[in-house]
Amino acid sequence: MLALTDVCAGYGSFQALFGISLEVKAGESVAVIGPNGAGKTTLLRAISKLIELTAGEVTMEGRSLRRVAPHEVIARGISQVPENRRLFPRLTVEENLKMGAFLPAARNQFAQRREFVYALFPRMGERRAQLAGTLSGGEQQMCAIGRALMSGPKLLLLDEPSAGLAPVIVQSIMQMVKRICAEGYTVLIVEQNIRQVLKVVDRAYLLETGRIKSSGSSAELLASDEIRKAYLGI
Amino acid sequence: MEIFDVFLLEAVLNGILLGGLLALLSLGLNLIFGVIDVVWICYAEMIMIGMYAVYALHVQQHWPLVAAMAGGIAIVALLGALMHQFVIRPVLAAEPINQLLVTGGMLFFLQAAATLAFGIEFKNLGVRMAPIAYGEMSFSAPRLIAFAVAVAGVAATYVFLTRTYVGTAIRAISQDRQIMPLMGVNPDRIFTITSALGGALAGLGGCLLVLQYDIHPAIGLSFGPITFLICVLGGLGNMLGGLVAAFIFAQFISVGGFFFHIEWGYVIAFVFFIAVMFWRPQGILGGKQR
Amino acid sequence: MKALALLALAALAAVPLYGIGNYPLHLVIMCLLWAYVYTSWSIMGRLGMVSFGHGAFLGIGAYAVVMLWNHFGVSPWLGALAGVLASVAVALVIGFPCFRFKIVGHYFALVTLALSEVTRLIIVALRDQTGGSLGATPNTALAQGNTWSFAALQFSDKTVWFYIILAFWLAALWVWVRVDRSMTRLALEAISQEEDAAASIGINVTKSKLFVTLISAVMMSLGGVLYAQYQTYINPETVSGIGVSLQMVFGVIAGGMFVMLGPTVGAVFTLLLAEGLRLALGDAFKQFPALDLAIYGLMLVLFIIYMPKGILGAALEAWGGRGTRPASAPR
Repeated sequence: MLALTDVCAGYGSFQALFGISLEVKAGESVAVIGPNGAGKTTLLRAISKLIELTAGEVTMEGRSLRRVAPHEVIARGISQVPENRRLFPRLTVEENLKMGAFLPAARNQFAQRREFVYALFPRMGERRAQLAGTLSGGEQQMCAIGRALMSGPKLLLLDEPSAGLAPVIVQSIMQMVKRICAEGYTVLIVEQNIRQVLKVVDRAYLLETGRIKSSGSSAELLASDEIRKAYLGI
Repeated sequence: MEIFDVFLLEAVLNGILLGGLLALLSLGLNLIFGVIDVVWICYAEMIMIGMYAVYALHVQQHWPLVAAMAGGIAIVALLGALMHQFVIRPVLAAEPINQLLVTGGMLFFLQAAATLAFGIEFKNLGVRMAPIAYGEMSFSAPRLIAFAVAVAGVAATYVFLTRTYVGTAIRAISQDRQIMPLMGVNPDRIFTITSALGGALAGLGGCLLVLQYDIHPAIGLSFGPITFLICVLGGLGNMLGGLVAAFIFAQFISVGGFFFHIEWGYVIAFVFFIAVMFWRPQGILGGKQR
Repeated sequence: MKALALLALAALAAVPLYGIGNYPLHLVIMCLLWAYVYTSWSIMGRLGMVSFGHGAFLGIGAYAVVMLWNHFGVSPWLGALAGVLASVAVALVIGFPCFRFKIVGHYFALVTLALSEVTRLIIVALRDQTGGSLGATPNTALAQGNTWSFAALQFSDKTVWFYIILAFWLAALWVWVRVDRSMTRLALEAISQEEDAAASIGINVTKSKLFVTLISAVMMSLGGVLYAQYQTYINPETVSGIGVSLQMVFGVIAGGMFVMLGPTVGAVFTLLLAEGLRLALGDAFKQFPALDLAIYGLMLVLFIIYMPKGILGAALEAWGGRGTRPASAPR
C-alpha cells in the first residue's frame, strides 16, 4: 500500500533521512523503531508532506505523492496521529473528532464513525463535551487516535504514541493499537519503546541516524542480538 | 428620590445600545487577531468603506436600502479576503511590526481612495426615522435597530464558529496551526475565509453606523482607536473579552458624555483603560501574553 | 569618508546663501524638520519599541508652547519646557506599565495609537482654548518691521530658522549615534531578541526602555515646539493623531530604520513625493485630493513587502555595507 523509495529529507541544510526505502502492505502493521534523533518523526512528516522530500519517492497504492499538497494527503487515505497528540486544547473531544472528519467525504459518515470511535474508546464517549486540553495523557492519546480514524483512512500513521505516558498507560494504548490492527486498519507506527511496540506489530524496520539498519518480523527482531544488546539492555 | 435622574438612565441605556454596536465592531478585529495573529490597523477604514459602499449603492445607484446593505457587507468581505491574499500573506512570516505597518499603509490608502471617490464633504444616507419615546426618555430608532442587528450578528457569528465545520476549523487553527493539513484543511484557505468574515463583520458594522452618522473619509479615526482599546482591554484576540469590554467602555463614553462634553467621555474611557493596563496588562479576560 | 561628510555638511549649511528662493528654502527647512522628527522617533523604533503614538508628544509640545504664550504670555522657552515636562509625564504613565508588564508588539502599538488619538481628542475637546479643529496661531511678537524676537522665539527670516533646525537635526543625529554606541542599545537589542534572558543577566529591562522612550519623547516634544514657532499655525490633525504618527513610521521605514541617516532619507523622500505630485499634476492635483496619501499608503505596503529595510538600508546592503539589522530568529 505504502512504498518509500530512496527517500531523503531534512530541515534546511540539515539532512535527517538518507535514502530510506520501506513498504507497508495492506492490512499489515509495521513499526519503525530506533533511538532518539534517528529521524522517525521526520519520516512520518515526510510521508504526510509536512516537509518536502529532497530526493526519492513516496507512493500510496501505486500513486506518487510528489505533487500532492500537504492538506490533500488525507484524501489519499493517509491519516496521522502526530507526536505529542496535538489535540486542539480548547475544543471539546467531540469537536476534535469533528476536525478529523473535516474532509467533505468524511462529513457524511461523521455520526457512524463517531459511534465507532466511542465504542472503541468508551471513556471518550463519556467525556465528549470536555475540553481536550483538560484530558489526561492517556485520554488525549485515545482522542488523538480517534480523531485520526474519523476520516476513514486506509493507512494510519502513529508518531510515538507512548511518548510522555506512564508505563501502565502505554500498555493500554498498545492494546488499543492492536485492536485497531485487528479491525483491519493498515498501521505504521514509529516508536522508541521497542519492547512494547514489537508485541503489537507484524514486522519492523530499525532506523538509526537516518538510515535503515535492519528489518524483519517482530519475532526475528526481538530475538536478534543487535536489538537486544543495544536497545533492550539484555 | 433625588439621585434618580431619568436622563442619566437614558444615558446608561444608550450606553448599552452603543455597547452592542461596539461589541460587533470589536468582534471582527478580535477574530482576525485571534486566528491569523495579525492586527488590521485599517479595520476602522474598512468599516468606513462599508459605509460609503452602502451610500453609493443606496443614494447613488438607488438600490433599496436592505439590498444596498447586503452589497456593502459583500464588498467589505471581498476587501478583507483580497487584503489578506495580497497584502497580509506576503508578510505573514515576517516580524509582527511589518504586519502592522502593512495594514497601516492600507489605512492611508483606503482613506485616500475614499477621498478620491467621494470627496471630503460629509455625506449622509438621508434615512430619517422618528425617535422612539419611552416615558421621558427618547431613543433614536436607528440606534435601537443597530443594537438588535449587532446582537444578531454576534449570535450568528457564534453559531457559525461553533456549529459548522469551517467555523470549527477557524477556531482550531488559532490553537494549532501546524497540524491543520493533517485534518485536510488548507490553512491559507481558512485564513482567507476568516478575513472575509472579518470584513463582513466590518461591513455590517458600517451598515449600522451609516444609519446613525454622517460619512467622511477620516471617520475611521472616530471609532478606530476606541475599537482597538476595547479589544486590548478585553484581551486581544479574546472575542468574549471584547464583548465585555465593549459594554464597559460604552458606559464610560455614554455616561461620561452625559456629565461632560462628549469628547471627555472618550478621555475618561482612555484613562480607565490605562488604569486597567496597570492592573491587568493582558486585558480583563486576556490570557498568556502574546 | 569623514572628509566627504564634512564637505557635504558644509555645502548643506551654506544652502541659504545659494539664493534659491523662499519656497525652496522652506522645503529644505521642512525636510530638515521632519528629518529631525523622524530621527527622534527612530531612536525608539529601531530598538523594537514601535510607537504609533508619537503624534501625542509632537502635539503636546506644539500646543503647550502656543497656548501658554497666547493665553498667559508665557515665554516659549518656558512653554517648551512645560511641553517637555508634560511629554515626559505622559511617556512615564504609558511607558511604565507597558514595559514593566511586557506589553510589546501589537498591544504596544495599539496602546500608543490610542494615546495619540486621545491627545488629539483632548486638543479638540478644549476647543475654547485651543481653537479645536480650526487650529491655532501664536500671537505675533513681531510688529512694525521687527524681523526677529529671541524672547518670543519668532523669526520672520527663514534663514534663521534654517540654522536653528539644522542644528537640531544634527543634534538628533548625535543622540542617535550616542544611543547606538551605548550599553543601553546593546541591552535593548538583547531585550528585543530574548527579553527573559536579558533580564536574567541583570539588564534592567524597564529602566532601559523607559530611558530611550523619554529621550525620544523629549526630542519629539521639542520638534512640536519648532514646528509651531516656524509654521506659526498648528491644528490637531497635523501635529497629533494617528495620521502624523503613521507618517513618521512610514517615513522611517521608507528611509531605513536601522541606519543613522535612514529617517532623513525618508523625510526627504516623503516630502519630494508630495511636492513631485503637486508639480506633476498641477491643477489636476486639486481634483485629486489625497492622491499623495493614496500613494503613501500603496508605497508603504509595497515597501514593507519588498523592501523592509528601506531605501537607504537596501542601498547599503547592495553595496555590501555593514550589518544594518540585528539578526532575529525566524518566526
